[in-house]
Amino acid sequence: MASKAAPAADQAAAAYSPAEMMAAVAARELANGEVVFVGIGLPNLACNLARALQAPDLVLIYESGAVGAVPERLPVSIGDPSLVTGSLMVCSMADVFQLFLQNGKIEVGFLGGAQVDRWGNINTTVIGSYDRPKVRLPGSGGAAEIAIHARRVVIISRLNARAFPAEVDFLTSPGQRCRGRTRTELGMPGAGPIKVITDKGILENDPESGEMVLTALYPGVAVAEVKANIGWPLQVRPQLGLVAPPTGEELRQLREVLDPKKLFLG
Amino acid sequence: MHSKVTSMREAIAAHVHDGDTVVIEGFTHLICFAAGHEIIRQRRRDLTIARLTPDLIYDQMIAAGCARKLVFSWAGNPGAGSLGAFRRAVEKETPPLEIEEYSHFGMVARMSAGAARLPFWTMRNYMGTDLPKANPLIRTVTCPYTGEVLATVPALNPDVTIIHAQRADQFGNAQVWGLLGVQKEAAFASKRVIVVVEELVDQSVIRADPNRTLIPGMIVAAVVVEPWGCHPSYAQGYYDRDNDFYVAWEDISRNPARLEAYLQEFVYGVTDRAAYLRKQPELRDRLAAKDLICAGVNYGF
Repeated sequence: MASKAAPAADQAAAAYSPAEMMAAVAARELANGEVVFVGIGLPNLACNLARALQAPDLVLIYESGAVGAVPERLPVSIGDPSLVTGSLMVCSMADVFQLFLQNGKIEVGFLGGAQVDRWGNINTTVIGSYDRPKVRLPGSGGAAEIAIHARRVVIISRLNARAFPAEVDFLTSPGQRCRGRTRTELGMPGAGPIKVITDKGILENDPESGEMVLTALYPGVAVAEVKANIGWPLQVRPQLGLVAPPTGEELRQLREVLDPKKLFLG
Repeated sequence: MHSKVTSMREAIAAHVHDGDTVVIEGFTHLICFAAGHEIIRQRRRDLTIARLTPDLIYDQMIAAGCARKLVFSWAGNPGAGSLGAFRRAVEKETPPLEIEEYSHFGMVARMSAGAARLPFWTMRNYMGTDLPKANPLIRTVTCPYTGEVLATVPALNPDVTIIHAQRADQFGNAQVWGLLGVQKEAAFASKRVIVVVEELVDQSVIRADPNRTLIPGMIVAAVVVEPWGCHPSYAQGYYDRDNDFYVAWEDISRNPARLEAYLQEFVYGVTDRAAYLRKQPELRDRLAAKDLICAGVNYGF
């Protein structure tokens, strides 16, 4: 940010929240025409942001059965009525999981979780023991099968050491290594999590080791800051990328069109 | 043929018994809170309650002491957070609530097997996950054609399934539009089916648009006419989801005394759904759906 007379949009872009950055970065993952399995919250914002910008022909599929959804308001839940109105198709959940997901039609799945580990395994089931958990989380929902079948998975999660342990307490959704076994050994059709978008930088799957390694930082973030919030000895790619901040247009879409009440950007 | 139309009180009294496996389905859309409230009022006990997303209605049934066991795949407050009574029952109570847990695909597969009267259903799923360790009913089978090892889940055949639909005739031929969830499979899997509707219509309305019929009357035991019977869930074309109430449930359900006060006022304290609605006259202004009519199709030949 060196220019002397920055246009107004760039000045506005100078101030942005971590959630806005994560949504913008996630949106850039999506190419026009791709078929994406959408979750509620930041993934939903990211998908609709991509649809408004570089990917007008993105096909949004929600596990509730809406295919080609074009929500005209921000869906608060994954079964919001605005996902139905104007969509291409509404199908049963048996069709969603068998004819779309298991059939290999889903190109990108977005997932989040209470814990993400070194291998991109996700826990959304329990913190502590299964039989008497310290915290009982909601469980899999569709996440386990999305992690298995989507051609690629992008994880969105804020960094902190409790959320990024070396190994998850409960393995709900499989990453690149499950208790030492590879996805190929286990017979999983999809490529699994290839990227973790955090609030400080981006981790990517190293194809050799299967580990999530730091590949890019957000503006103003130091490597030590990321390492301090991760529970395993994080590998850092020698040529670290620097991720561009949200553009004025990305921020305008997020703030004025997609989430004006700051339900998920707050 | 005799009309199957009855009151919610009579339908629950006749078809939901202590110890039954009960399914009230509906994925965010068309969740019949009116039926759940009547089950609570009639103080059913030792129920095995099953559905993909327990939602607020099963949280209320757990808090009211109706449930012995919960079968599910995602137990949160959709878009808002947690289910307080469920979490207390699993994290703190002695003994904890018995649970049997799958993923959504697993629950859908259980109902598909039940509906087809097969003993189990196969999927390419669960490899690498801890779910089969948490639930030993998730197993595998070797494909007799390819040798591939596939995941299996057992059929679910509920004693009674309760489905809310936009409209039905007096014999239970029920039409649904909007999100369809797993209602068709759940109904066909069940020993008995109660259909609850926003509107009772003449059979000619059903016959004019047969592609929209989700549940045929031949599998339906009782029809209950209960406008706004899903609130705070929703019915496409009738009323919107009460997202404010879902958010409010975070605080209500976190505090057992507040939750009990809620049940006293809005469940035990009313005789039926009509009385529940009379207590909240503002709902109609806030949530009634605007019209967006589809043109229809040509069924001629």
